[in-house]
Amino acid sequence: MSFHRIILTVNGSTEQVDVPGNMTLLQMLREKLALTGTKNGCAAGECGACTVLMNGEPVNSCMVLAAECDGAEIVTVEGLAQDGQLDIVQQTIIDEGGVQCGFCTPGMLISARALLNRNPSPTEAEIREALVGNLCRCTGYARIISAVKAAAEATQ
Amino acid sequence: MTTASIKETTNIGVSKPRVDVREKVTGAAIFTDDIQFGAGLLYARVKRSPYPHAIIKRIDTSKAKALPGVKVVVTGEDFPHRTGLYLKDRYIFARDRVRFVGEPVAGVAAISEEIAQKATDLIEVEYEVLPGVHDPVYGASPEAPLLHPDLGNYEVPNFIFPVPNTNISNHFKVRKGDVDAAWSQCAAIVEHTFRVPHVQHVPIEPHVAIAQVDGEGNITLWASSQSPFAQRNLIAKSLNMPESKIRVIAPLIGGGFGSKAGITMEAIPVAIAMKAKGHPVKFRLTREEEFFTNFVRQGLVAKIKVGCDKDGRLLAIQNEMYWDGGGYTDYGVNITRAGGYSGSGPFDCPNVKVDSMCVYTNHPVGGAYRGFGMSEVHTGIVQAMHMLSEKIGMDFAEFLKLNVVQEGDKILTGMTMHKTGIKECIDKVTQAVNWGIKEPPSAPNKRRGKGLAVMWKAPAMPPNAGSSALVKLNEDASVTVLIGGQEIGQGSFTAMAQIAAESLGVPFESVKVKGPIDTQYSPYEWQTVASRLTWSMGNAVRNAALDARKKIIDMVAEAWGEKPEDLDIKDGYVISYKTEESISLKDIVVYGIPKPDYSGWVGGPIVGSGNFMPTYVTGLDKETGQGERAVVHYTTGAQAVDLEVDLDTGQITILKAASAFDVGKAINPDLVKSQIEGGFVQGMSSAIFEEMKLVNGVMQNPSFVDYRIATTADIPKVIEAYIVEAPQDDGPWGARGVGEHPMVPTIACLANAIYDATGVRVSNPPLSAEKIYLALLDAGVVK
Ligand code: FES
Ligand code: FES
Repeated sequence: MSFHRIILTVNGSTEQVDVPGNMTLLQMLREKLALTGTKNGCAAGECGACTVLMNGEPVNSCMVLAAECDGAEIVTVEGLAQDGQLDIVQQTIIDEGGVQCGFCTPGMLISARALLNRNPSPTEAEIREALVGNLCRCTGYARIISAVKAAAEATQ
Repeated sequence: MTTASIKETTNIGVSKPRVDVREKVTGAAIFTDDIQFGAGLLYARVKRSPYPHAIIKRIDTSKAKALPGVKVVVTGEDFPHRTGLYLKDRYIFARDRVRFVGEPVAGVAAISEEIAQKATDLIEVEYEVLPGVHDPVYGASPEAPLLHPDLGNYEVPNFIFPVPNTNISNHFKVRKGDVDAAWSQCAAIVEHTFRVPHVQHVPIEPHVAIAQVDGEGNITLWASSQSPFAQRNLIAKSLNMPESKIRVIAPLIGGGFGSKAGITMEAIPVAIAMKAKGHPVKFRLTREEEFFTNFVRQGLVAKIKVGCDKDGRLLAIQNEMYWDGGGYTDYGVNITRAGGYSGSGPFDCPNVKVDSMCVYTNHPVGGAYRGFGMSEVHTGIVQAMHMLSEKIGMDFAEFLKLNVVQEGDKILTGMTMHKTGIKECIDKVTQAVNWGIKEPPSAPNKRRGKGLAVMWKAPAMPPNAGSSALVKLNEDASVTVLIGGQEIGQGSFTAMAQIAAESLGVPFESVKVKGPIDTQYSPYEWQTVASRLTWSMGNAVRNAALDARKKIIDMVAEAWGEKPEDLDIKDGYVISYKTEESISLKDIVVYGIPKPDYSGWVGGPIVGSGNFMPTYVTGLDKETGQGERAVVHYTTGAQAVDLEVDLDTGQITILKAASAFDVGKAINPDLVKSQIEGGFVQGMSSAIFEEMKLVNGVMQNPSFVDYRIATTADIPKVIEAYIVEAPQDDGPWGARGVGEHPMVPTIACLANAIYDATGVRVSNPPLSAEKIYLALLDAGVVK
């Protein structure tokens, strides 16, 4: 099997990793970098549990090959809080009660952060649209949508 | 304890923040697949049956064994003991016969998942295909091939009634009054057959388990599990070894909904690890496997007949249920029982006849799913009541209020109903949707309608399912609560922290409840199922905290020479009402208190213990289903929706959904509302979108693309949750469970609303746009 040596930025730190050609970004984060906050719900690009920011854009990390990430900038759920200070959307999802089992939460938070980065005051329809690829089986979504709204309002 | 002991509280009935939430938003929370095992970890894959029903003629594993990187290959030959939660009808790996597509036939462990998969592909299995059973009504008939010729010899508890030499693995009957004599008295009768398809739980976290066996044969299993203690017991049974040699560790779980209760795939890595001593062996289901190789919600065919007098009073209910149990029904037999003893729905009726039959088929194996049969039962019975109310010309809300079960009624099994707030629930949800007022649709091509449904559900469990808890105090006056019940997202750890804080007299913030649940250190809990934790484990935690409290007070009383009655614990201080002295719990709860003049010490490290087990549940007669008290209690509720149907597409848009449940007492109202909202959406998803499409036993749609669940795009504009509180006599502060109930009435509620909007009844879920449109076409509503 071919190995690739890649250098990339993950949550602000530079990492050098040797990855097999068929390893996904999701596997690399979880198995090589011990960043297990990003979850595997399907490994098929269909549930959003593995969402991370790649060069600022939300991607399903199960559908990206690690070898393609040379030079990329990746942000995972572990990179949202800065110096123990939660990202506003982490705080509002707590306040609104948008977390139950928590398995979809990392992917949800990343998708929400990506939305707020490109559109600081989204409408409810835009929030629903931005999160449509993130499946949650517990909460019924309403409180997650409110959390994104509240985060947008708090940063106005 | 009784509700009379309620005093002013700062922790009960208060929406405290979740104790597990910060780690869940930062990514620090550890789920099973997140645990790192390092080098030496092996990966398991399973060879599965491609046939729904076949004899295994020959298995050749030699090529798989020869593949470099493969460590172990096992088959059914290696594990000859049967297991199962209620009916012991299964093996870990099939022996001589397979009974559903996806049944494990052999297992492999290798140094990578890819090699393990390649090895399973190299295993050769020769089958002789047999005719299958793909419908439960056919399966129950004498013409059907016999799927378990040994049914009569399987080990089974005395409340499950298999019928040997048939495919009926449990036949539960209720005979109350005389339905046959009642029909002639009825002014209106409705007869209808309802079909509910198989659906899947779809937790976002797929099943995963890791097993390791040491040189002495001691087994450790890490599993995403709602049932570490039940799994320890079931693995012990299937391996014929004592429980003490098995340790199950269950970290946080990413959704279960019943699929991670009992035992399914967890035994597989254990079996393999026994042949690879020292190596941890990880087995995780792919999303595709998650859909059909593990527990599913059983399909149901219910033939229902109901009748009432001219005033709308129910006179007779007859419900004949054929449950599509699948190839094995170790858990399904008890779903059938629960469906049977609640088979009238929450209605007071003098004549009830129920036949609830668990039927072996060559379909995926049925297991617990949020509601434990009740969504399926209510789909039929509540729609039938709606049809009956229309036939007799009565408003449905009025009809329900006339007929719902009330305190003092003798329910179908003869048990006397306890206090229940079901009428108040009906009032709350009908008000929320402006019931009785016809409102205009938003566009000319739409029809608007309202739907209403009621429900009841009792915890379904062995009569003596128990709970236990330990409450341990630390030097800094923090409190650790040890429990065996799981946090599956419902908020159990938070509710237990509130109960412990209140019982002990310490601040909520000082109480720690954390996983993983570990059968080696955590006190026993039967299973995290049946909406039973707040009530059962809540009682155990309260008892443990009261025990710790007593020990602390006795210690201080002795040290101070006071009477225990004059002392209390408040905010982490022991106070004396008599002398107005006070002392912090800090240090004294571990080091004790010095006696005056250094004449010695009193006390010692404080640990409180408590348990709870219902002792009053009685059996039910095999022929009549009658008995003193079949269940511990019923939680009741109601749901209403206001929706629009698009005549051009058949698509429905829910404008408002309102739910109300009688939870006895909401320990944490916000968490209760979260359960109600999330449960509604899960119910809505199952009602509109979900169906396992089975063709000759093969699931046609095992992916998120083809098996759609609700997303942010699908949820109602407004979801409202109401709490009703008619206290439970033996619940902590009067609490009873509500985790499963919110999705139970939803299918019937939506079907009733679609009928109200269009005049067309689409009775069998999924109530998809396509199905609704075709029904409208059929009825001539659209052309
Ligand atoms: S795990 Fe990547 S989308 Fe599901
Ligand atoms: S909180 Fe459980 S899947 Fe979203």
